[in-house]
Amino acid sequence: MDSAAQAFTVEKAHVWRGDRHVLKGVSLELHSRELMHVSGPNGAGKTTLLRVACGLLRPEQGRVSWCGRPIGSIRAEFQGALAYAAHEPALKGDLTALENLRYMIGLKRRHTRAELEAALERTGVGSCAHLPVRVLSAGQRRRAVMARVLATRAALWVLDEPFTNLDAAGSALVSGLLAEHLERGGMALVVAHHELPVAGSIRRLDLQA
Amino acid sequence: MSAAPIERRDLCDLQGPPLAAASGVLGAMGLIIQRELRLSFRRPEQLLQPLVFFLIVTTLFPLGLSLQLSLLRDMAPGVLWVAALLSSLLSLDSLFKSDADDGTLDQLALSGQSLTAIVIAKTAAHWLLSGAALVLVSPLVAIALGIPGPVFPVMLLSLALGTLTLSWLGAIGAGLTVGLKRGNVLLSLIVLPLAMPLLIFGAGATDRAISGISSAGALYFLGSLCILTSTLAPFAAAAALRITLE
Repeated sequence: MDSAAQAFTVEKAHVWRGDRHVLKGVSLELHSRELMHVSGPNGAGKTTLLRVACGLLRPEQGRVSWCGRPIGSIRAEFQGALAYAAHEPALKGDLTALENLRYMIGLKRRHTRAELEAALERTGVGSCAHLPVRVLSAGQRRRAVMARVLATRAALWVLDEPFTNLDAAGSALVSGLLAEHLERGGMALVVAHHELPVAGSIRRLDLQA
Repeated sequence: MSAAPIERRDLCDLQGPPLAAASGVLGAMGLIIQRELRLSFRRPEQLLQPLVFFLIVTTLFPLGLSLQLSLLRDMAPGVLWVAALLSSLLSLDSLFKSDADDGTLDQLALSGQSLTAIVIAKTAAHWLLSGAALVLVSPLVAIALGIPGPVFPVMLLSLALGTLTLSWLGAIGAGLTVGLKRGNVLLSLIVLPLAMPLLIFGAGATDRAISGISSAGALYFLGSLCILTSTLAPFAAAAALRITLE
């Protein structure tokens, strides 16, 4: 991956929620093999920033670009390169973990069943692949979400608190996945409250309330 | 496990039958419809509630009114249609709500597929599970209300067109109210006035068929409403969803 061609930028994004100025001209730049660690107190607009970065929320001012072009003009291409894991797991309790993955990844790209099973296996929930998600624990759901991110094979990972509900082994797993992702040439935008134990090029973005 | 190869070697080269090939819009829509149907069949009570509601409401009318069959037959089309509209409305609230609550809607919006196609697929699945099911049980109700057998084809056709139109109208309403806490009352207030032409021409078609007059005019009108809403409503509903997503 060419690092210059794969740049992701947010330039001076402003977002107002009613009278509240949530994002006050936030800028960030990500290249291949880089991770941006977003932190800040509650209500500082971390999740809002991620939603702006994904294109779910259009900033009142500023722009978000992928490879030098505004994401609105290359929507399908950008979304193909994006894996977003929000705070809500976006898993259906009545579907099995495998079905959940299948219906979401299937919208993005062609895949095989083995690929999805391998992703679930990799995140440690391979044995729960055929269980309905409602019987899984919160930590197992978080792992299933990481399996979805992994199986998307996207260049840009946007993760909102990926370490929530995870045990020590789970946190190590997510750190490992992030490190591998960076090594492959990917980039990540991660909201986390504590230090990220990830090897690689980490940049910090501290948002103030 | 080393870092680099996971994508290429471990994931790509494993052999297996392709689960889904979301090549293009139609594949994606098929996948969404399949997902909706599967989710629904895992929760049969949600599937049955509107149907049971429809059966019970239509049974209440003969009990509350006189037992005179001729009077009942005069009122039957109206009763059938009002009950059908109300029971369709019951399930409309959940069209986008559960997906919005658990974050699935965000994922769908970021799936690279057009939101309009997603709305079409979800609404089509909703109609199959509510409208089409209602059309299938309506002969039972029609018999109970004394609607004569030869009228059934007109009644079924008008109900099919009417419920499909209502699903499209409901998709706009559901898209607008999905972000609200108690959106279902507002949804009824938005959708029911728009559904009045459906009631007038739907009940009218059945009524005319009972009286032995041609109901072609009313059916044509229902058909045109159905085409109008199915071509315009997906865009409107997708626009409404896009606003609520922000």
